[in-house]
Order: sequence, then structure tokens, then C-alpha cells
Amino acid sequence: MRSFSSVFSGIERALSGAGLDGYLVIFGSITVMAVLIMAIFANYIAPYDPVQSVGPAIHPPCTKYIMGTDSIGRDVFSRIVYGSRTILTVVVMSTGLSMVIGIPLGLISGYMGGILDRILSLIMDSIYAFPGLILAIVIAAMLGPGIYNTALSLAVVYIPTYFRMIRGEVLSLRERLFIEAARAIGAKSRRIITKYIFPNVIYLIAVIFSLNVADAILTEAGLSFLGLSVTAPTPDWGFDLKNGQRYFLSGIWWPVTFPGIMIILLALGFGFLGEGLNTIVSKRGE
Amino acid sequence: MTSLKTYVITRVLLTIPMIFILLTLVFFVMRVLPGNPVIAMVGMKASQRYIKQLEHELRLDKPLWEQYVDYLNRLLHGDLGRSMIWGRRPVINEIMDHFPATLELTVWGFIFSVLLGLATGVVAGVKEGGKMDFAMRVYSIVVYSLFIPWFGMVLQLIFGVWLHALPVGGRINPLLTPKHITGIYVLDSMLTWNLPALSSSIRHLMLPSLTLGIVLSGIYTRLVRSSLIEVLGQDFIRACKSRGLPERSILFKHGLKNALIPILTMMGLQFALLLAGAVLTETTFSWPGIGTFLMERIEYRDFTTVQGTVVFYAIFVALISLIVDLIYAYIDPRVRY
Repeated sequence: MRSFSSVFSGIERALSGAGLDGYLVIFGSITVMAVLIMAIFANYIAPYDPVQSVGPAIHPPCTKYIMGTDSIGRDVFSRIVYGSRTILTVVVMSTGLSMVIGIPLGLISGYMGGILDRILSLIMDSIYAFPGLILAIVIAAMLGPGIYNTALSLAVVYIPTYFRMIRGEVLSLRERLFIEAARAIGAKSRRIITKYIFPNVIYLIAVIFSLNVADAILTEAGLSFLGLSVTAPTPDWGFDLKNGQRYFLSGIWWPVTFPGIMIILLALGFGFLGEGLNTIVSKRGE
Repeated sequence: MTSLKTYVITRVLLTIPMIFILLTLVFFVMRVLPGNPVIAMVGMKASQRYIKQLEHELRLDKPLWEQYVDYLNRLLHGDLGRSMIWGRRPVINEIMDHFPATLELTVWGFIFSVLLGLATGVVAGVKEGGKMDFAMRVYSIVVYSLFIPWFGMVLQLIFGVWLHALPVGGRINPLLTPKHITGIYVLDSMLTWNLPALSSSIRHLMLPSLTLGIVLSGIYTRLVRSSLIEVLGQDFIRACKSRGLPERSILFKHGLKNALIPILTMMGLQFALLLAGAVLTETTFSWPGIGTFLMERIEYRDFTTVQGTVVFYAIFVALISLIVDLIYAYIDPRVRY
């Protein structure tokens, strides 16, 4: 079993020479981990039931309700803690689905080339060119609210992102000597893709994943802000922000500010993680 | 010149399958997904006869492929159908009522984002790997992560409520609405020399377009930065330096000018982001554009209008990317293969 200190020294070694980008990775990982822990241990962290009225309505933050209460007296902090579950579930499910479809298609399309590649690329490029949020809005509106439906509508939007990046990488890998060697000794296409090409795109998947999740978080929040993601009383950051909007300009800032900051922090966490990793990896490449 | 002509023809021909794929996608999203759109709209309690009649009107009683052919055929003739509610106006008229507002917002948002992106991108790209470079990279991620509704509301609170400096919603003071020429208020009021309308529309535009512009500026920061770094590393820049040209002139006259060309190719995709961001901006600022219109009609389950609006978006995006590519080919001769 590896001890904690050896894990830390491993991280230190990995980040050495990364310079300022190392800090981005650290900030990003800490933020993401914090929200993850919040989601997993929500029932221990949240002081109140997130869907029950537990105090006076629109009470400003105080020691009893550290982030205040919303328009029907629910504890804003408890809703934020439980809301992390909603957004993470949706984003993890949708990203998983986009990867499961987008990555194999990108691998096959890029390696095989030909007419299949032409058709797939045209389809993916067309979807990619369409405004993602608007596509998600229409799919979500037709499917109706709910966590699974939201995840599905986000997944459709992000399949082309994975497809295009993986395909582009495969195109350049295909010309490399070791792939040619594998082909020369008679390895089958399936074997070349799974054994030789796939391991070489894993780092890229990690980078696209972080950057894509940052985007998916903002889109999920956008969908819930527009009222297309979850229904009341499910705690959800974007949805809570929308519900607080009516009172915000009359000075009731807490039901809007805290969910908003959480959305931004989580998107920022993944964004920094992706940016840092990307720079460090490309520096290594040189 | 012939190579340019070939390029234009190829590019135009490529737009057709793109539009076709998007139209097909919209068709299937609107029909194959579970739920009967008619029942969703009129409710379960509507009479069987009324439901049948509406289904017939929407061609939902026909087989799917027949619906599909019919749908494409109508679109080919520029027919987006009629709205299912409120006077049943043609969808295209409804869209055109709201389109100028969205255009005005996105154009101003675009201008702000390009200006901010240029400034920050140049600061970052001049010295790759420096402290300012890192700061600008962080800037680009931070602004992109600013959730538009939240950021918009914060600006509303600061400039609208606390400072009483700018209006927090709407397009113009309704009493000052200028004569309808293009529907773009800033342009209309300039054309009619209507100064109060001009000032009112600009004041209403400030917060929404700044929100949109700031959030999307991060993308331009990155584009300008990477493009500038690439250009500054090329031989002709070294040649300029060895000839002893002043740094400033190298950066702006030779570096930035060449760096801007590849950025143009990305404009098409940026425009899609601008339109998506506009939906959130419009809902936050009660801006009467296509975004708020689409959300309103989704709420009323106006099936034909929702479909027509999305089709409109698809064609619009495809045409913008076509125009951008053609301009690029005109400016940069290397593209014309």
C-alpha cells in the first residue's frame, strides 16, 4: 500500500517544472474534490432538509442559516449542498454517454478514413456548428424535465466534441512509424486501434474531459435556469438561481448569489484543471 | 481568379448537406422523441375530434417518411408553417419580428468581445510564458466560466439598482420607439435623426451586450494569443527585427495583422456561441429577441413555432459560416485550393 507521503511526492514530481500551471491544476483539483465530497456526504454536511421549509421566508444569512433562506423558507445552504448532487449526476452521465459514443466513432472514423469518415465528419461538424445550448434546449423541451432527460440532451450536444478531437489525433497517429510497423507485421485494424492508437489518445481524453465538463456544467445550469432541467422541489443550482431572480433586484441577494458562485466555481475548477493539464502535457511533448 | 471561383462553388455546395443534416436532426428531435406534441399542447382533456384535426393539420397522422418529405418540401418553398396559438400567424413573420433585437444584441456583444479579446490576447501573446501571459490565460477561463444569468444580474444590481446609471431590462423606452425601418433600433434612430431614441436604445443595450461580450471575450483572448505567438515565431518577424524596425511597428504592423487572418476562420463557430449566449442574456434582461421568443413558445407548446425557430437558427448558422469562409478565402489566397 502506498502511503500518503509517497502519493504527495508523486504529485510533486508530476508538477515540478510545470510552473504556474501547476497551481492551476492544484486549484482545479481542490475545487472539484471539494464539490465531489459535498455531493457524496450531502446528508452529513447539510444542516436541514433541502426540500422542506425550515424557517422564516427570505431570511438573510445568519448563524442559524449561514446562507439565508429562500422565498418559501428553505435553507439555501442545504439546497446548495444537495444541488451539487443534481448537477454532478447530470454532467457525469451526459459526459459518459458522449464519450462512449464519440470516442469509438472518432477512433474508427479517423483510422478507417474513406466514405464512412467523410459522412461521419460531415454529420458531426454540422452538429458541432449548431449552437449547443439551443440544441440542448430543444431536445430537453421535447423530452420533458428530469435528470435523465437533461443528461441525454447534453450528451447529444457534446458527442461531436469528442469525435472531432479524437479523430484529429488519430489522423496524425496513423502516419507514425510504430503504427505502420504494426500494419506491416499484419496486425488487424481492430487490434491496431485498441492496442496501439487508443493508449496514445488517453491523455487527450483527460484534457478534453476537463474542458468539456466545464462547458457541460454551464450548459446544465443554463438549461435549469431556463426551467427545462429539473422540476420543483429538486435542489439544483441553476433552477434555484432562476427562482431567486424575481427578488434579486429588490435587495434579496442570497438566493441568487450563492448558487451562482457555486456554478462558476465548479466550471472554473474543471476549466483550470483542463488548462493546466493541457499546458503541462504539451510542454512534456516538446 | 478561377481558383477562387472553384473554391466558392465547392464551399457553397458543402453548405447544402450541412443544412440538410441539421434540418433532418431537427425533424427527428421534434418527432421521434416520446410524447404526442398535440396532446402536450392542448392537454389530455381536449376532445378527440380536435386532437385528430390538429394532428391532421400537422401531418402527424401520416407515415414518418411522408412527413419528412413534406417537411423538406415546405422548407424548400420557404414555408415554416403557422403558429399554433394567438392569431396563427406565419412562423417566419413571428421570427422576423424578434430577429432584429437578437441581431442588435449579438452584434454589440460581438464588438465588445472582439475588442476585449484583442487587448488581452495581445498582452498575453507578446511574451509567451510570461507573468502577463499567465494572467491573461486565467482571465480567459474566468470570464468564460461566468454564468451569464448570474453575471448579468450582478451587473443589473450594480449599474441599475445601486448606481441608477442604466436600465436593467427591455430594449428601449417604449414611448421613444423609432420608426420601423430595419427593426434595429440604433440604426433606425440614426437614420431618422431621432436622438432621444438613439440614447435610450444604446443605454438599454449596454448591460446585456457587455454581459455577453465579456463572457465570450475569453475565447478571443485565446485565439489572438495563440495566433500571435505563432506569427511572432516566424522568419519574417526575425527579419524585421534584424533590420532594426521598432518593436511596436513589428508587433502591430507585421505581427498582429497576420495573426488576425486565421482568427477569421473561427468567427463562424464563435457566432454560434454568441447565439447560444444570447438566449441566456435575453432571458436575464427581458430582451425581446428570438431567444426569449423561443422559450416563451416552448412554454406554450407551440410546436410549429418551436420547430420553425430552430430551423431558422440552423439555416442562419450555416449561412454565417459560409459567409465567413468566403471572406477568408478572399483575404487569404492560400485557402483557394
